[in-house]
Amino acid sequence: MANIKVDGQLIDVPDYYTLMQAAEAAGAEIPRFCYHERLSVAGNCRMCLVEVKGGPPKPQASCAMSVKDLRPGPNGEPPEMFTNTPMVKKAREGVMEFLLINHPLDCPICDQGGECDLQDQAMAYGVDKNRYHENKRAVEDKHLGPLVKTAMNRCIHCTRCVRFTTEVAGISEMGLLGRGEDAEITSYLERALSSELQGNVIDLCPVGALTSKPYAFHARPWELSKTESIDVMDAVGSNIRVDARGREVMRILPRVNDAINEEWISDKTRFIWDGLKSQRLDRPYVRVNGKLKPASWDEAFGAIAKAVKASAGGNRLGAIAGDLAAVEDMFALKGLMRALGSGMTDCRPPMSGIDPSMPRAAYVFNPTIAGIEEADAILIIGANPRKEAAVLNARIRKAWRQKGTPIAVIGDKADLTYPVEYLGNGFDALTDLVEGKGKFADVLAKAQKPLIIVGEGAVSHGVALTKQIGRDTIALAAKLATGPAVAEGWTGYALLHNAAARVGGIDIGFVPGKGGVCSLDQLGLARKDELDVLFLLGADEYDLDYTGKTFIVYIGTHGDKGAHKADVILPGATYTEKSGTYVNTEGRVQMAERATFPPGDAKEDWAIFRALSAVLGVALPYDSLSQLRAKLYGEFPHLAALDQIAPAKLDDIRALAKAPIKTKIATYSSTVADFYLTNPIARASAVMGECAALSAGLKQAAE
Amino acid sequence: MSVRRLADEAIQPKGFAFTAENLAWAKKKMAEYPAGRQQSAVIPILWKAQEQEGWVSRAVIETVAELLGMAYIRVLEVATFYTQFLLKPVGSRAHVQVCGTTPCMLRGAEDIRAVCERKISTEPFELNKDGTLSWEEVECLGACVNAPMVMIGNDTYEDLTAESFEALLDKFAAGKGKDVTPGPQVERHFGAPEGGQVVLLDKPTAKRTYTPFPPPAEAPAAPGGKPDAQKPSK
Repeated sequence: MANIKVDGQLIDVPDYYTLMQAAEAAGAEIPRFCYHERLSVAGNCRMCLVEVKGGPPKPQASCAMSVKDLRPGPNGEPPEMFTNTPMVKKAREGVMEFLLINHPLDCPICDQGGECDLQDQAMAYGVDKNRYHENKRAVEDKHLGPLVKTAMNRCIHCTRCVRFTTEVAGISEMGLLGRGEDAEITSYLERALSSELQGNVIDLCPVGALTSKPYAFHARPWELSKTESIDVMDAVGSNIRVDARGREVMRILPRVNDAINEEWISDKTRFIWDGLKSQRLDRPYVRVNGKLKPASWDEAFGAIAKAVKASAGGNRLGAIAGDLAAVEDMFALKGLMRALGSGMTDCRPPMSGIDPSMPRAAYVFNPTIAGIEEADAILIIGANPRKEAAVLNARIRKAWRQKGTPIAVIGDKADLTYPVEYLGNGFDALTDLVEGKGKFADVLAKAQKPLIIVGEGAVSHGVALTKQIGRDTIALAAKLATGPAVAEGWTGYALLHNAAARVGGIDIGFVPGKGGVCSLDQLGLARKDELDVLFLLGADEYDLDYTGKTFIVYIGTHGDKGAHKADVILPGATYTEKSGTYVNTEGRVQMAERATFPPGDAKEDWAIFRALSAVLGVALPYDSLSQLRAKLYGEFPHLAALDQIAPAKLDDIRALAKAPIKTKIATYSSTVADFYLTNPIARASAVMGECAALSAGLKQAAE
Repeated sequence: MSVRRLADEAIQPKGFAFTAENLAWAKKKMAEYPAGRQQSAVIPILWKAQEQEGWVSRAVIETVAELLGMAYIRVLEVATFYTQFLLKPVGSRAHVQVCGTTPCMLRGAEDIRAVCERKISTEPFELNKDGTLSWEEVECLGACVNAPMVMIGNDTYEDLTAESFEALLDKFAAGKGKDVTPGPQVERHFGAPEGGQVVLLDKPTAKRTYTPFPPPAEAPAAPGGKPDAQKPSK
């Protein structure tokens, strides 16, 4: 620890602190452009100048000078720094004047206007006159792809974007070319950026040089109503802020949550919002003579009631929940199905090895996302975290950058932005590791905090294979995670889901009940006409081509695969249009809030089931969301503990490891083929479509 | 100085490969740095590539990046930062770097520049008609005593006048650059005065004397010998 006086106030800070951190600890605010807590220190904007006593007698960049660089006084007085002296003010005004020399005065037409660091700080340190009468420099705008718009005249060369893409996103594609007045930020040969996290440079840019291309000239920050919510594009549960104007979601921004997404979000999370407005189901439809016809809610409910009454009931009624369903929706649907006497409910992907009888630790990311940084060896099985959970992948990269954590992959060979040891894609690679064969087996055996990431592709094997492979994978992964060297209190078994709804659905038991079968078998029954009515709650990721004469009720938001097959469509609400609970892959319970209202006649999904239950004569015992939640929390108390994680018991994992292994041969691969098109909202988004086309094109060019 | 970009794609060569000799040199250079820090050799290796090719093309940048395990953009950053790396093809026989900094300017660098504009091309970095010559204006090359001066290749040509420079340029254009002696183009040895020495012409007359310190103590006069301390030290 070191003592330092900040503006006369004596504080005690760790000696590795920078002067800026010390000042923040003392409550003194320091302006900055280039410095960012999560990026390396560049020290090139010079806005954070302070005066020091016990160091060089000139203004010092507080972001780049450490507390221990300062000497104590002759009698051992602690060193001092000043953040509000006339010298500091003059120095910062000088820096600001230089920055403004070449900065265009186009705030009125700049998308950053109103949330611009330069604008804000110019209010404090800018002078109202300009002493520079020469021409301002002009810089050509650069092409960075379909997401990031550039206006390079505004660039102040803080290099935050360069450092972010290089350090966090792991793509060395951006750089600062030239020098002095001619310096330019660009990507190599102006190629589009290839990162799934590139949208974050828009937030990082302290001026309006990098702005959002889809959002360009759409709205001003002060017109937007901001709603703090949760992302559902993947199972990470990134914290987001949904900015809406009137009935429209205008943009999505990240919120800081160090336990989950730090302050990054993936491009799918950020740019999905145009998908919320297109292809929407805004009124009920009923299939008449083979064609979907707009209908009223009463007609739609009537058609369903007729089909349910015509059925033998019980287990001839099925329900499958999709990737984006909130816990409340699934709870209501499950209540309805059970009231109708059916145990046919499932929310898992086809042929999932996750057995409802397994303890909760078997299907969550036990070490937590923040815990990735603690791991000393990482094994990724059947997952491509870069595509399945881009923000989580950045966390793995962070761990590798900080500690050089050894990482191995069994599954698809892919560029994960960090070096990995590739062990093959077969089941035998995993059994070899368990038997202690190979170099990485030694690393794992010695690891005190091994992290075994089991992807959804490793536990669910689609149509062709059996559930046993998934179960065996879980057992072997559990065995690897519970080696003899494992440290006390560390549970390294981590299941990485791909869908925001999954953990919540399994938590509330939206899995086959009495007499019920799994999702794939339900579709199989439908094909054989042994299922009369099938409720699809936003379930678009299943193979719905062969559903026989089964009466399909699709409850969802977008005209996607499920809606095409439906006999009745009931329009629901997306995650920005309802208050819903989502449990992320760590098992963390979070609540998304309503930012806008559903379009047209669409309703919140739980309310649809409540209304439908009354029509079917099995009224559910709640009339409001709070009543539903009271019932939900009564039945599953852990869902009431928002943003908390109950630590997993290592014994649960040990028990999993004891399961007998029956599989001989299997191959692992990720279930996410195209990062940009994983759900109905993304498939309705023009921006995501463009990104998908581009990334496919990039791939072709590379091959 | 102006914005430095890679040359137009139309004139970029298809590929680049180091000669065996240069590659061996580059490998040796890389080995001077600890394992994993080979990127430190980027400037000398780029320089070597420029010596081989005459300029730094996209292919050069990509080859060097692959050799050093760097991202392309990182090498491009270096190549665009240092103005000594030429991003366009230059004259095959001479690329004249005219010093235009104050001492040279006061001694007539503008005349030298005018010769370049007249004989080579009106704009810097543009080839003359034959493609043999090009020129640019650079900052101080450190031969201010012998201003004005130009640098061609690795040699400097100093104490120029418009006439002597024009004659020199003609020789280079004719491919006889090697006939020109580098250094001052007037009668002088390096930075010594023109026409021979003009100061310190006297022959030094002072003689070296030695007084030991501290002075030796008054030793009692020993018969038949002197005290050692009075001997001159070697």
